[in-house]
Amino acid sequence: MSELWELPAAELGTKIARKETSARDVVDAHLSRIEALDESVNAFLTLTPELARATADDVDRNVSAGEKLGPLAGVPLALKDILCIDGVRTTAGSKILENYKPPYDATVVQKLFAAGVPIIGKANMDEFAMGSSTENSAYGPSRNPWDLARVPGGSSGGSSAAVSAGFAPLGIGTDTGGSIRQPASLCGVVGVKPTYGLVSRYGVLAFASSLDQVGPFARTVEDAALLLEVIAGYDRMDATSIRQPVPQYRAALDAGVKGLRIGVVSDWIEGEGVQPGVTQSIRAAIDALSGLGAEIGEISLPSFRYALSAYYLIAPAECSSNLARYDGVRWGLRASDAKDVVEMNVRSRTAGFGDEVKRRIMLGTYALSAGYYDAYYGKAQQVRTLVIRDFEKAYERFDVLLGPTSPTTAFKIGEKADDPLAMYLNDVFTIPSNLAGAAAISVPSGLADDGLPVGLQLLGPPMSEELLFKVAYAYEQARGPIATPPLWVNA
Amino acid sequence: MTDYEAVIGLEVHVELSTRSKMFCGCPTTFGGEPNTHTCPVCLGQPGSLPVPNKRAIEYLMLIGLALDCRVAPYSLFHRKNYFYPDMPKNYQISQYDLPLCIDGHLEVDVDETKTRVGITRAHMEEDTGKSLHVGATGRIAGAKYSLIDYNRAGIPLVEVVSEPDIRSPLEAQRYLTELRSILSTLGVSDVRMEEGSMRCDANISLRAHGAAAFGTKVEVKNLNSIRSVSRALTYEIDRQQKALDAGDKVVQETRHFDENTGQTHTLRSKEEAFDYRYFPEPDLVPIEPPEGWIDEVRAQMPELPRARRARIAAEHELTPEQAAFVASSPSSVEYFDALLAEGTPARDAAVWMAGELARALNTAGETIEQARVSAGDLARLLDAIKEGRVTLNSAKKAFQDAYTAGKTPLDIVEEKGLQQVSDDSAITAVVDEVLATNQAEVERFRAGEEKVFKFLVGQVMKATKGQASPQVVDRVLRERLSAS
Repeated sequence: MSELWELPAAELGTKIARKETSARDVVDAHLSRIEALDESVNAFLTLTPELARATADDVDRNVSAGEKLGPLAGVPLALKDILCIDGVRTTAGSKILENYKPPYDATVVQKLFAAGVPIIGKANMDEFAMGSSTENSAYGPSRNPWDLARVPGGSSGGSSAAVSAGFAPLGIGTDTGGSIRQPASLCGVVGVKPTYGLVSRYGVLAFASSLDQVGPFARTVEDAALLLEVIAGYDRMDATSIRQPVPQYRAALDAGVKGLRIGVVSDWIEGEGVQPGVTQSIRAAIDALSGLGAEIGEISLPSFRYALSAYYLIAPAECSSNLARYDGVRWGLRASDAKDVVEMNVRSRTAGFGDEVKRRIMLGTYALSAGYYDAYYGKAQQVRTLVIRDFEKAYERFDVLLGPTSPTTAFKIGEKADDPLAMYLNDVFTIPSNLAGAAAISVPSGLADDGLPVGLQLLGPPMSEELLFKVAYAYEQARGPIATPPLWVNA
Repeated sequence: MTDYEAVIGLEVHVELSTRSKMFCGCPTTFGGEPNTHTCPVCLGQPGSLPVPNKRAIEYLMLIGLALDCRVAPYSLFHRKNYFYPDMPKNYQISQYDLPLCIDGHLEVDVDETKTRVGITRAHMEEDTGKSLHVGATGRIAGAKYSLIDYNRAGIPLVEVVSEPDIRSPLEAQRYLTELRSILSTLGVSDVRMEEGSMRCDANISLRAHGAAAFGTKVEVKNLNSIRSVSRALTYEIDRQQKALDAGDKVVQETRHFDENTGQTHTLRSKEEAFDYRYFPEPDLVPIEPPEGWIDEVRAQMPELPRARRARIAAEHELTPEQAAFVASSPSSVEYFDALLAEGTPARDAAVWMAGELARALNTAGETIEQARVSAGDLARLLDAIKEGRVTLNSAKKAFQDAYTAGKTPLDIVEEKGLQQVSDDSAITAVVDEVLATNQAEVERFRAGEEKVFKFLVGQVMKATKGQASPQVVDRVLRERLSAS
């Protein structure tokens, strides 16, 4: 008999609805596991047991009253600490917001409450979502449940580590250049980067507004599909929100991949810096999909070589503006004893922001400066157009594209911390989807020869989530169960 | 000495009178308790997002169409980045190189000449909050601390930028008056410069008459009334002319106008100008108004002041000046119509509105919507004049006093005993008294010195505080003088 914390979300939801267990017991089981193990993982920055128990108790009352609830009612979730909950500390992993309590709920949070999903805590992350390892968190890195000496990936590493560690079967992250998919890959869980505009950004602290997108973490494709159904949908509070009904992703899961055209991005399979163990794992996944009847072809996408450079102009440019509001005037850290407002601004920001955030603010400020705009920001936007065009051409030939999520498995804490460029390369396969505003999913493809998880990335055009879930689910079923992290055994 | 020509362009900011702010649902009402008209969006709380106010964009379109602008098929919001505590996000959402309304013009009358002032653009942006510096001077230098009120933050602003087609302070004044009249007619703004709902920055340079190239321009800020604009421009023309005559160069800079001294002072030089790092606002999508929407807005266009002036002048045979005042705003026309409905002849109505009413409004710094003497009460005062119950001078005095006191003019007439005295016995008593105390003058009159009569009339009027009917005084005085 499995422990409650081992079960996938869909199964827990069913058990709660059938009164085989209570939402309260499910929440408590996860809370005790967090209490026992999070000291070594550091997945959470703030725990919200009272909030989670209150939601769970509501769910239990409603179940007793015979109400029909959603499939995730009572299933706990780890929320990246970049989404606002009214009155709950929200730091974005930054010292500058150490004591910031927002006065409102993010739209995603409202939707989670409405679906009866207990939010169990605010998950660790790289400061303002800038990073690929959580080492840029002002509150110390999270650790990978597969090897506590290694990073869980980032920036949503706290959420992926929590889901991987069995602290919660569901997690929410944000993905600006790969911040959901890469940590999902490194932690051996499923992570979805939805189409830009599918999930509301209202109440999500902005990093790069034209790229940021909220998405789910789960241990199974089905759970991820269920969670996306809950959080997706038009929001009048977000002008970039897409006005379309949300499909029933779960209902379409088992349609199979027979005859589906899958394009393998050739430059990514054996490209420079791709770990051989990753290549091996992806090749095995391709064989599995081929065995299911998918038609496999190869494609080269030349503009993607410039995607990383374009991203590191666009994202910093937007962040330099988005982070201007952290100035010590209204909230967050304020330097004392400054002689005037300018000195107060400068000293608050100097003390409150970490190195990577400062680096990107400077990069972005420079890229937008008079006389440089055309050469940098303008040029980067042109590359963005080329990437979109290359994707469009590729989707004339293929239904979905395929490649690894990350060039490597989880690296050691500290290994790349002093080399920003090496760190940026983690996102080389994930960035194009953000630039194109398109959908992508990372699903575990087993372990590499180093014993660490590898993520298979499936990419589709905007609004192709249904299709991507279908392929991911077919592959997941063919792959069969994968090993569990050592943290599950050593508990 | 060279003969110079002033080249002036004006940038006018207008707060729109939409019910809610530009990017959130907070009210736009003026003067609430500090920071009560705020929400996460207009406070720039982390994670909040702007959603554009459709009505505000329609107001902008209406303004653009009234100024004969083209409505651009594709228009963008940009972010204008600079740090200032009263700006919650430390960037202002504004329009930059793709404004919604472009290439319009406005015709301005100065005496008999009509000048066509080009409108470069009219675009949408959001207002900032207000800082309050607490300390001895109320200015930021030396303040003990500063407070910020964000009630104004996020109120929709339209900026109307003119071409450098204005040539004199008077023309600038007429341009602003006409623009204000149009905005008021459209009903899109309170256009109160004292409350800051209409603000103006002026760009001015000089060049030799006939020269094609522009001189170096100076931007003047802090112009809080149409009169200030005119004063500041007059001062600048003089300052720049003296500099050029002395062989100095005019420095490109931003200058601040001081209401008290009537002078301008350097605020910041070109080198200190901000680099605003404009880039397209990623939280918003482009405005691409479909033709149908523009037509819908165009259909809401009311009769504009120029047409209204012409119509009213023709209908009621008014002078251009009278028609200009009567037609300056819908409320003003309403007031005029109300007077006519009370039976006041159009000429009298126009004369009183352009005269006494305008004076009272000016003194109080109010607009006609706020007029404290109603058209009905004014009409009754005019009736009293016609019926000989009050003299014209007393009526004017009663009107001004009534305005200040917030009473009706006839109440004041009553209270202060300003009724015209036409009663023979009352006037005869005063005449007798005057004749008794001015024996010498009476003798001179009787000796044939006719002009003394006027003096005696004056004495009677003085003794009756101007309320005696001049006709009655004349008759009684002559009777008594010839009697004995």
